[in-house]
Amino acid sequence: MKRLVILGGGTAGTMAANRLRRRLHPDEWKITVVDKSEIHNYQPGHLFIPFGIYGPQDVVKPRRRFIPDGVDLVFGEIARVVPEENRVLLADDRQLPYDYLIIATGTSPRPDQTPGMVDGEWHKSVHEFYTLEGATALAERLADWDGGRMLVHIVDMPIKCPVAPLEFTFLADSFFAERGIRDRVDLTLVTPLEGAFTKPVASKHLGSILEHRGVGIEGDFVVERIDPERKMVISYDERELPFDLLVTVPLHMGADYLAASGLGDDLNYVPVDKHTLLSRAHDNIFAIGDASDIPTSKAGSVAHFSMELFEDNFVNHVRGRAMTRPFDGHANCFIESGNGKGLLIDFNYDTEPLPGKYPLPGIGPFSLLRETEANHWGKMMFRWVYWNLLLPGKPMPLEPLMSMAGKEAEALT
Amino acid sequence: MALATIEGTQVHVDDEGFLTDYDEWSEDLAQVLAARIGIGLTEPHWKAIRFLREDFKQHGETATIRRITTVGGIPTKDLFTLFPKQPAKKMAYIAGLPKPRGCV
Repeated sequence: MKRLVILGGGTAGTMAANRLRRRLHPDEWKITVVDKSEIHNYQPGHLFIPFGIYGPQDVVKPRRRFIPDGVDLVFGEIARVVPEENRVLLADDRQLPYDYLIIATGTSPRPDQTPGMVDGEWHKSVHEFYTLEGATALAERLADWDGGRMLVHIVDMPIKCPVAPLEFTFLADSFFAERGIRDRVDLTLVTPLEGAFTKPVASKHLGSILEHRGVGIEGDFVVERIDPERKMVISYDERELPFDLLVTVPLHMGADYLAASGLGDDLNYVPVDKHTLLSRAHDNIFAIGDASDIPTSKAGSVAHFSMELFEDNFVNHVRGRAMTRPFDGHANCFIESGNGKGLLIDFNYDTEPLPGKYPLPGIGPFSLLRETEANHWGKMMFRWVYWNLLLPGKPMPLEPLMSMAGKEAEALT
Repeated sequence: MALATIEGTQVHVDDEGFLTDYDEWSEDLAQVLAARIGIGLTEPHWKAIRFLREDFKQHGETATIRRITTVGGIPTKDLFTLFPKQPAKKMAYIAGLPKPRGCV
């Protein structure tokens, strides 16, 4: 009996458990999923909580419901992996030996990594919306906030769902306008990149979208520390930005047990081959979803598109055959832009986001790099798709590899 | 993407003059690129540039400032002194690598 252990039962780990249970014979393979929490969060929904569009009850379900029969679900804190002994150690001294290991413990915001962030003003005038707890605290703050200087701030890349800070900014603009206080809010996006948009074609199409909404941009801002007493964000080149309300996206890191196991890079991401997701150090360890170091967006869509290919590659690899379905870094993200509209982008390792239609060339129903109501409804429907099709690994009419069909390639010239 | 001639050598560049082919870069070319943005390369500059080149070769992505500090061992404050105002962008330009990436 061979043993497959999957660390993490989030988006990628759950999809892998469902797909691989169907592919690996139960008489030959025992599959175990380890997670520390009994709750599965629909993470894309956290964005909507600060504005009262979703409540906490709209984004959580029991994790067990999405793990298939025939897969053991173990709740516990992972202490360490010992790759030399093919063994996972849990914090309560339980041990899980494996023949193959899949790391799917994602990435998490780490406010403790920026001096001053969690001191004094945390969840008072300094907030984040990536966790359910943070998004809920921010909803309470925004409910009676009557204006002032608000900064939407990114500490560093890469972050989970890299368009989320933009979406948050758009939604905040709409939210304050609806409440009749937009003129009392000074809204600025603060980013370590040179601007809100860095890819040439997207810049051309979307470059003025923030300006039109009266949103300021402070670019090339590398934060050194936050001064909670003076309510200032301070950069390495000694710029000081005052705030009444700071909504920050903290530094993101992979799980700490990966550092303790010698499996992570400087941000605890597992170095893998970007086409197969196989660890570069160990031939029986893969890292899927946000946990790896592949150079594309950390996003559920990437976990999803890579999964169909990964499933075949994994089955071939454990049978001693070549992995023949290389992943291309395909990502696809709805960008909620406020006022009942949204944008959509589709790209991969080599191709930047381009205008066009998706998924059907010329038809859509979704439009790439353009604000439409259909894109907004796509985003809102996605929650149902996530729970009912994506996590169980059911077929969806989307190609795993990015396609140029439907894209306006002439936008590149 | 276009062809540019720098000091008699033809190289591929993007709209902003960033080299798009890793292998077309050379240390001589880096001197020219640095001079274009008003930087004279000294040994501390080279330490950062060489780290970026090597790190890109291994990971396929331009290192962030944080990574140059934590892995490359160069304090962030120093990077702002060596490559004033926009260190991430300037280092990538001189090292012949893509700008630090956003996704849109």
